[in-house]
Amino acid sequence: MTTTTSNTNISFAETLPALFTAQFGNSGWPGRKTALERFQALGGIPTVKTEDWKYTNVVPFFKNGLSIALPETPAITAQQLEATGLLLPDTYRLVLVNGVLQSALSILPPATQVTVARLSEAASQPAYAQYFNKSKKLEEHHFAQLNTALFNDGLFIEVKAKAQVEQPIHIIHLYHNNGNLLVNPRHLWVAQEGSEAKLIESAAAVGTTGTVLVNSVAEAVVTERAQLSHYQLQTGGAGLRFINQTLVEQMGKSLYNNYTFTLSESDLVRNNLNISLDAERTETHLYGFYIAAGSQLVDNHSSVDHRMPHCESNELYRGVMMDKATGVFNGKIFVHEDAQKTNAFQQNNNLVISPSASIYTKPQLEIYADDVKCSHGTTIGQVSEDALFYLKARGIGDAEARNMLVKAFAFDVTAQVKIPAVRKQVEQIASRYLSVATNN
Amino acid sequence: MLNIKNLHAAVEGNAILKGINLNVKAGEVHAIMGPNGSGKSSLASVLAGREAYEVTEGSVDFDGKDLLDMSPEVRAREGLFLAFQYPVEIPGVSNINFLKTAVNEVRAYHGQPPMQAKAFLDMLKSKQKLMEFDANLMNRSLNEGFSGGEKKRNDIFQMAMLEPKLAIMDETDSGLDIDALRIVSAGVNKLRGKDNAFIIITHYQRLLEYIVPDFVHVLYNGRIVKSGTKELALELEEKGYDWLKEDIRLEEPVQ
Ligand SMILES: Nc1ncnc2c1ncn2[C@@H]1O[C@H](COP(=O)(O)OP(=O)(O)OP(=O)(O)O)[C@@H](O)[C@H]1O
Ligand SMILES: [Mg+2]
Repeated sequence: MTTTTSNTNISFAETLPALFTAQFGNSGWPGRKTALERFQALGGIPTVKTEDWKYTNVVPFFKNGLSIALPETPAITAQQLEATGLLLPDTYRLVLVNGVLQSALSILPPATQVTVARLSEAASQPAYAQYFNKSKKLEEHHFAQLNTALFNDGLFIEVKAKAQVEQPIHIIHLYHNNGNLLVNPRHLWVAQEGSEAKLIESAAAVGTTGTVLVNSVAEAVVTERAQLSHYQLQTGGAGLRFINQTLVEQMGKSLYNNYTFTLSESDLVRNNLNISLDAERTETHLYGFYIAAGSQLVDNHSSVDHRMPHCESNELYRGVMMDKATGVFNGKIFVHEDAQKTNAFQQNNNLVISPSASIYTKPQLEIYADDVKCSHGTTIGQVSEDALFYLKARGIGDAEARNMLVKAFAFDVTAQVKIPAVRKQVEQIASRYLSVATNN
Repeated sequence: MLNIKNLHAAVEGNAILKGINLNVKAGEVHAIMGPNGSGKSSLASVLAGREAYEVTEGSVDFDGKDLLDMSPEVRAREGLFLAFQYPVEIPGVSNINFLKTAVNEVRAYHGQPPMQAKAFLDMLKSKQKLMEFDANLMNRSLNEGFSGGEKKRNDIFQMAMLEPKLAIMDETDSGLDIDALRIVSAGVNKLRGKDNAFIIITHYQRLLEYIVPDFVHVLYNGRIVKSGTKELALELEEKGYDWLKEDIRLEEPVQ
């Protein structure tokens, strides 16, 4: 494989066509070329002048001589995997290095229940033909287009009809490089009719120098009466930057739960979560908790499209902002004309611990049907003085009292986690971050 | 134990306490009565250290130490306890963890090691029995969704756990049902001893039939305008406050 590195002084967008040709030539799947053109037509890397990127300036992250050529996949040992601290008990395990599935490190679910394959080897699967690159909102996303143009590999998962997969499937994304790398993992996950499964995603850098900018796209399709719970555990993350697109399409009577917890050391985490409710009587729960410290930027953009009647969606995101960090929450709910009897709720609560931290929060409801129940609310605040005084009046010191209140605020969301080991891991990591914050 | 001298305090520039003098000795129970808005809860808040109140004049000595110089948590660790008129709901903080933290922070202040789990549970059980406190409430979030009476009883339960030197009970009786009033009073009477003291803020003589005070004070317009024994409470019950207001007006200098 050739290594192509752009000059540090030249912006990534300018060098992209050359990088693209060097990497993929002019043959292969024509969708890449179309996506590249679409990406350029959207204006390339979005600047703060683009509405959806108003508070999240990604331009600097594309200036540092990014390479798109993947290094040789290093041999990752079981010890290295263990050392990430991410492993969870009683789970199937799919380990990816720079988006490429590593069978030797993985524990696959039974093939009778779940098909697991490298995305690059899944083209012959009927579900691939049916769903790959079909999600409605792909078109709108700069970075989804960039991913479609450049993706190398990823994970194809199909939960078979009626399969009840008891153990969660833990996907561990490991990233490795030397120098600065842009990696574009691409996933397609299909939960077939009446199936039930839980996916957990974690990520870590192993043996890297420089940084890895991960621009991932996951398309998830939850078909009739299927139930999919999806945990995105954005922990660790030193040396990693994330732009994630998760596009979910739900069919009749399906259930999708998403838990996005950003408790990381990444400079940049931008999550785009798009849910499309394409048939009647679906149910969706989106839970998020984020902590931003130092000069981190944590941005959660979500959209829920209610296209059909009798669907219910419920979103609760909470965040704690400290130091000089920036948080962004943007939650769009569209209730289309046909979506009568919609129930759509959204809440975003933020605790701003440090006077130098910022949070930009914006709920956006657009309702075109008349018989619907929708509500949204956002709060930005400090810990309650009354609650603080109550705790102190019982002898609890200022730092400990604040710590208790911040944790209480956070654990309201983490309490929604249905997998005990995940809840424990998340709460431990959150406690560590929050204790540091309130003891300063 | 507690010696309040000429205490003046203001909130947002409004003078609320206007020269309080009160001396509480170990082993005593003092009742404070007075019309709505006279400053009873304000006095309790100033003693507990609520930051919204600015002390503009006067001093408070607590067992030889300057109370006003201490942070709220240090006051609590030194043995001052306020049972709130309106206990706060704190979602997400479990009642039992909160209590354990509080008990251990107080112990740490006095150079004692944290309580062992077993010892803590034993103490919890014995105090639950003393106050006939519903054990199911222990595992819930602190006061969240508690009924008015349950919140009051939770505060009194905390008091039993922390065994303060001086307990200030702000209208603990309001919101308690007839049985609860009897139970809580009996519990308080068992906690009474020669080394601790109580200040009981109430509007009603009834509580004082259960917890018999040594002294009764009337707070009016930020000052203690009359002090007496338990008979004063009976007199107030019968006559209300108007006769006192008349007296005060006569005493007040012409402006
Ligand atoms: N933050 C504040 N700003 C202005 N005035 C205040 C504030 N807090 C209390 N006050 C005033 O102080 C006065 C005393 O209030 P306090 O709560 O001490 O009365 P109280 O004697 O406990 O009354 P009650 O019997 O109704 O409980 C009242 O007039 C009240 O309105
Ligand atoms: Mg009061």
